[in-house]
Amino acid sequence: MDLYEYQGKELLREYGVETLEGIIATSPEEARDAAEQLGGPVAVKAQVLTGGRGKAGGIKVVEETEGVEEAARQILGMDINGQKVQCVLVEAGAQIENEMYLSIMVDRTAKKPLILFSTEGGVDIEDVAEDSPDAIVKVYINPLLGLLPYQVRELTFSARLESDTAKGVGQVLDNLYEAFVGTEASLVEINPLVSTKDGRILALDSKVTVDDSSLFRHENIAELRDVEAADPEEQRAQEAGLQYVKLSGDVGILGNGAGLVMSTLDAVAQAGGEPANFCDVGGGADAETISEALNIVATNEHVKSVLFNIFGGITRVDEVARGLISALEQLDLHLPIVVRLEGTNAEEGRQKLAENTSENVYTEETMLDAAKKAVQLAQGGGR
Amino acid sequence: MAILVDDDTSLVVQGITGQQGRFHTERMLEAGTHVVAGITPGKGGQDYEGVPIFNTMEEAVKETDPNTSVIFVPAALAADAIFEALDSNIRIICCITEGVPVHDMMRVASYLREDATLIGPNCPGVLSPGKANVSIMPSEIFIPGNVGVVSRSGTLTYEIIDELTQRDIGQSTAVGIGGDAIIGTDFIEILKKFEVDPETECVVMIGEIGGNAEQLAGEYVQNEMQTPVVAYIAGFTAPEGKTMGHAGAIASGGESTAEAKSEALERAGIRTATSPSEVAELVAEVLSITAS
Repeated sequence: MDLYEYQGKELLREYGVETLEGIIATSPEEARDAAEQLGGPVAVKAQVLTGGRGKAGGIKVVEETEGVEEAARQILGMDINGQKVQCVLVEAGAQIENEMYLSIMVDRTAKKPLILFSTEGGVDIEDVAEDSPDAIVKVYINPLLGLLPYQVRELTFSARLESDTAKGVGQVLDNLYEAFVGTEASLVEINPLVSTKDGRILALDSKVTVDDSSLFRHENIAELRDVEAADPEEQRAQEAGLQYVKLSGDVGILGNGAGLVMSTLDAVAQAGGEPANFCDVGGGADAETISEALNIVATNEHVKSVLFNIFGGITRVDEVARGLISALEQLDLHLPIVVRLEGTNAEEGRQKLAENTSENVYTEETMLDAAKKAVQLAQGGGR
Repeated sequence: MAILVDDDTSLVVQGITGQQGRFHTERMLEAGTHVVAGITPGKGGQDYEGVPIFNTMEEAVKETDPNTSVIFVPAALAADAIFEALDSNIRIICCITEGVPVHDMMRVASYLREDATLIGPNCPGVLSPGKANVSIMPSEIFIPGNVGVVSRSGTLTYEIIDELTQRDIGQSTAVGIGGDAIIGTDFIEILKKFEVDPETECVVMIGEIGGNAEQLAGEYVQNEMQTPVVAYIAGFTAPEGKTMGHAGAIASGGESTAEAKSEALERAGIRTATSPSEVAELVAEVLSITAS
C-alpha cells in the first residue's frame, strides 16, 4: 500500500525524522488558513499516489499568503496520471543548502534491505544511476543484525560528507531504518533530503510503501488506506476477498490462480482483443464466489463479453460448472460468456454446463479458442 | 531419481490439524507419501489418519526422524514455523502459506544456510509423480517421466502439466517456487538440481512479471546448463505498478516486465513459448531431437 506524502511524513516524524511544518487542506480557503498559520512563503503540494506531480504543475511555491488560495484552486481537482487531486499539503518554506537522496527498500534479489544514498538529490534516482552511478552509495543490511554503526560511517565517508552533515545524515539514517522496520515498509524514500542553512537535515518529500501482507499487525497504517480514491470495483473485490485489477479493454476475464489469469489476459491480447480486468476467483469454486466475481466484472460498463477460464485440479471441473450454473441463475446477466473448463472431470463439467445454461453461454475447449471467441463477441457489440 | 522429494522422503506436516493441513495430508498420503508426523502445539499425543501429532518439531524429530517438512500454518506464524524446522535440522521445507510478511521473509532468508532448501512461501509445493507428493498440486494430472517443471505459479503449472500429460510426456518433478517477492529458493537453484538429475531430460521454466529471477536463470542456462530448457512468461498485458494476484507479480519497468524477461530468455538461446499449449509442443520437439 502506498501512502500519501503527508501520511508518510507523519510516520517518519514518529521515528524522529525531521520534516517541515505542514498542514493538510481540502479547499482553497483551508489552504489560505493553513498558510496564515504557518506564516512566510509556503509550498502548496498536490497529494497523489503517483510520481511526476512536479512536472504536472502539482507543486507551487507561493511567496505571499494572498497567492495561496489561487494556487490551491489550480491544484485541487487537477488530474495527475489519472488521479484526481483531493487535497494539498501546505508546507512552510526552508533555506535549503544542499539536496540529497536517501532510501531504504526491500531488495528482492539480495533478499535484504538495501540503502541508497546520493548527494545528488531532488532528481530521479534512476537518472542518477544511469548518468553518474558513482554518485550513489549502496549498503546492504543484514535484517537479523539491523543497521550497524560501521555501515553508517561507511556510507557517510564514501559520500564524502562534511562532518556536521555526516552526523546529521547518520542520525536520519538510523531513524529511517527504525521506521522501515517498524512500519514493515517495502520502500521508504526521501527525495530530496535537504541540509538547511541553519544546519538541520530535513525530509522535504516522502514516499512510503508498506507491505500489504503485514497490515494485519499495523492497524494504524491499514486505516490510512484512501477508500475513496480506490476504484469502486477494485474496492468491492477487495472486500469480497477477490484479486481484481481494472484495465481499459472490453473483454472481462475471470479465472482461478494468478498465473493462469495473467496468461488468459495475454491470450486475449494475442487474439486481437483487450482485457477489461484481471480477476482471480481463487481455488474454491462455490456459487457465491463465482457470482460475486461475475457481478464485479460485469459492473464495468466497458465489458462487452466475459471469458471464464478455469483449470480444475483438486477442485473438480464438474463442481466448478455447478457453481457457475447456480451463479448464472442468481445473476441476470445479458453479456455473452465464453467458458473454458479443463482439468479433472472436464468432460462432465462441460456437459453439465451445456445442459443447464442459456444461449448466451458458449463453451470452448482450449484457452486460445476461448480467447478468440470472447474477442469476436466483444467486437460484435456484446450487450 | 527426481529432485527434492522422492521415495526416501519422510514428511512432517506443520499445522496438520487446520482445514488445509488435514485436507492435503489425506491427499499426500493417498499419493503414497511417507507422512511420518504432524505438528500442532497443544494437540500432541493425538493422531490424524494414523499420523502421530506432536507439540513441537523437537519432539517430532526425536520420535519419527523426518527429513522434509510442509507448512500449512497461518501467515503470521509461518516464519516461526520455518525457523523451528531449520533449528531442528530439517533440510527441505515447503511453505505453502500465502501472505507471509516480507520483513519476516527477509529474516528467514538471512538465516537460511546453503545446506537447507526452503521452497516458497506462497507456493504449491513439490511433487515427484509416483514417488512423493509434498504439495497441494492435483497429483491426478501427473504421470512419471523425464520433464522437470519449475514455476512461480500454481494453476498455470497445472495447465502446462496437463498439456504435457495429454501428449503422454511425463514429469520427473514439479516445483512451485512461489509467487512472493522474497522466496526461499529461486529458479537457478532448482535448475542446478535438474541439471544433475539423470532422469530429467528437459526442463520447463514458468515465469511471470516482477523482479529479475528469470534473467538470472537465463544466464545460468546459457553458461552452465546442458539440459535443454523451454520457458514461458505470463503477464504481457499487466499494467505497470499493479500487483497481479501474486504479491511478487508487479511490473515496474526495467527488468520486471514480461517483454524484458522473454527477450532476455530468447537472447540466452532458450526456446520461449507464447502460450501454455505451445510449451508442450516445444517440449515434444526438444525430446524428439534428444531421442534421435
